[in-house]
Amino acid sequence: MARIIVVTSGKGGVGKTTSSAAIGTGLAQRGHSTVIIDFDVGLRNLDLIMGCERRVVYDFVNVINGEATLNQALIKDKRTEGLYILPASQTRDKDALTEEGVAKVLAELKQRFDYIVCDSPAGIEKGAQMALYFADEAIVVTNPEVSSVRDSDRILGILQSKSLRAREGQDAVKEHLLLTRYNPARVSAGEMLSVADVEDILAIPLLGVIPESQDVLKASNQGEPVILNSEALAGQAYSDAVDRLLGEDRAHRFLDEEKQGFFKRLLGGRG
Amino acid sequence: MSFLDYFRSKRPASSAATAKERLQVIVAHERGQRNQPDYLPAMQQEILEVIRKYVPVEQDDVQVQLDENGNCSVLELNVTLPG
Repeated sequence: MARIIVVTSGKGGVGKTTSSAAIGTGLAQRGHSTVIIDFDVGLRNLDLIMGCERRVVYDFVNVINGEATLNQALIKDKRTEGLYILPASQTRDKDALTEEGVAKVLAELKQRFDYIVCDSPAGIEKGAQMALYFADEAIVVTNPEVSSVRDSDRILGILQSKSLRAREGQDAVKEHLLLTRYNPARVSAGEMLSVADVEDILAIPLLGVIPESQDVLKASNQGEPVILNSEALAGQAYSDAVDRLLGEDRAHRFLDEEKQGFFKRLLGGRG
Repeated sequence: MSFLDYFRSKRPASSAATAKERLQVIVAHERGQRNQPDYLPAMQQEILEVIRKYVPVEQDDVQVQLDENGNCSVLELNVTLPG
């Protein structure tokens, strides 16, 4: 049975699309057929992050409206076997995503894929609610920063009250915390909330910590999910997170500053 | 911290600690409001209008709170009348 995973956050710009691309790619790399759906109607960007922006012909809303078949709209990823992308529409019509329409498309995707990753738009409006409504699991992407943490708590409230699972009284949506843009040096300087601080406040299980890294911008510049860069710390951190998502035990890495030499420390140098 | 830092004066409480404290307060407050029904603010407003017809009271003088006790809910209304 296919699992539907929503990648959500409330706040914008925290790394939802970057994380959706990385985690979707990671699942497919491990042999699970996966589709990543862009729910951000009007502000399509998953295609750019995945490097397939020039191959978009039909989109999610076309499929809902019966203007294209799912096969016509799905874009096969050229790098990773078993990975597909369903792009968002650029329409300005806010009501383009209907509950029945989304349900119909998801039901069809469930027949073909092991994992359906829903890349949510920012905010708590219709698009964000549609992205999380059918979810079995939720990855809440959070930056160690006050507004992001508060908004994450808000989105957790919505998951617990307005998702299909909540409405129908089924088992709750399984929640995961993904802390991104983590800077261990600033944490030890007391300038940034620590992993433990954020876990304390949100009180949901930790899926992974992605260190702040220049490789993430490089990856999006090139349209290649950062998880494909196995030398990047952020890529390795996403790989660990995918393994944990699949139930494997992986120790958390990159939580501390890189070790510095004795002389560098003596002179007060910071990496 | 470098060797030289030991000679500098003590740093003030970290900003991360302040952030955590502020978050704990606001998140707890908002979680409390999360489960209240959507009609509560509108009802509070209408109750306020009715009371105002007879007594001059301010918005803050009327507190409406809904508490759940098992299978029944208690609507608590606190009005501070001017002395």
